[in-house]
Amino acid sequence: MAEAAGVPAESLAGCRARAARTVLDQVVLPGEELLLPEQEDGEGPGGAGERPLRLNAAARSRGRVVCGPGLRRCGDRLLVTKCGRLRHKEPGSGSGGGVYWVDSQQKRYVPVKGDHVIGIVTAKSGDIFKVDVGGSEPASLSYLAFEGATKRNRPNVQVGDLIYGQFVVANKDMEPEMVCIDSCGRANGMGVIGQDGLLFKVTLGLIRKLLAPDCEILQEVGKLYPMEIVFGMNGRIWVKAKTIQQTLILANILEACEHMTTDQRKQIFSRLAES
Amino acid sequence: MAAERKTKLSKNLLRMKFMQRGLDSETKKQLEEEEKKIISEEHWYLDLPELKEKESFIIEEQSFLLCEDLLYGRMSFRGFNPEVEKLMLQMNAKNKAEEVEEQTVELDVSDEEMARRYETLVGTIGKKFAKKRDRALYKEDENGDIKPIKAKKMFLKPQD
Repeated sequence: MAEAAGVPAESLAGCRARAARTVLDQVVLPGEELLLPEQEDGEGPGGAGERPLRLNAAARSRGRVVCGPGLRRCGDRLLVTKCGRLRHKEPGSGSGGGVYWVDSQQKRYVPVKGDHVIGIVTAKSGDIFKVDVGGSEPASLSYLAFEGATKRNRPNVQVGDLIYGQFVVANKDMEPEMVCIDSCGRANGMGVIGQDGLLFKVTLGLIRKLLAPDCEILQEVGKLYPMEIVFGMNGRIWVKAKTIQQTLILANILEACEHMTTDQRKQIFSRLAES
Repeated sequence: MAAERKTKLSKNLLRMKFMQRGLDSETKKQLEEEEKKIISEEHWYLDLPELKEKESFIIEEQSFLLCEDLLYGRMSFRGFNPEVEKLMLQMNAKNKAEEVEEQTVELDVSDEEMARRYETLVGTIGKKFAKKRDRALYKEDENGDIKPIKAKKMFLKPQD
């Protein structure tokens, strides 16, 4: 890490912005500015005076670039606000210029609109439930935001229940609000999570790693024994298996797999499969 | 007493609706314009040069959903919770925009048995709707299945 940290420090001292393209999958530090590909061409040496029309046309038609978590817009450039690796995703359907974001690690969750999270009901006041999601404030959940709920037909939610829902309002100025239905009014698996099971907390990066489409860990874990897992983007995981021992084994595996190499993991799984 | 000079009506009075009915359209327009002028003069405005909003190509989003294709958060393995397994297929298929392969649902009753039962079912239900005379046509099999006999007694026309 010392060598990697040394290189960006020099460029920061020189106050030169680097092209985002050259820094992909490398560690970036807060305070760095990144140039988007089109600007980098125009700012090359000797390109100041003559700007061929072609470049301008390309810049206009490139569409919108999305700067994701860890980046902010600073004029025409991207400013890094978190330390981590810079990632890029090409636009799939052709519209837009792709997404840049910083793959960082943290334990503290900040509510974001659209995220599915696991919350714990802490209070019931009038028409709303107060749900603790691990952020700075408890989120509010209206009793009508469940599938099939009406004024007469209230959902069966008690204090201390686990709720799987998504945020509809989540910004730094307002109290976060969550719901357990989607825009069509269907539950889609959201709502009160059933009885028993175990809830534990992990880092946010691990959740994203486990939910990646090609995650081997989950595929291997799923072969051990029947189980049910719910992942919340706020770092909370709920697991349930047939016996308490199996549930505890599962929880320990998921917590430990963040720091294991592939070989160590395979060893552990093979030992488990034998026993 | 007011014959010599016209009673000067105030502006507010002239602006009232009943006074405007008698006016012709031109005077009306003029009055409206004057009104607008007064209103716009009273409005405050900043004496700054017009700032053009720069068209920005960069959109800020704080959500990871756009960045990475993440799977659906609820999962169930080896049949622990069948509803969740169904949901998994649905939601992950939506994400990938693929067509979900129709999984063969485990049948409680096989197709052959279903066909057999249905054959006899036709007889039973048919018997219910048949008239009393036709009910005799339905014969009971050894197994207790009711099968209709195709040959129905029709009217035989005499040959002569």
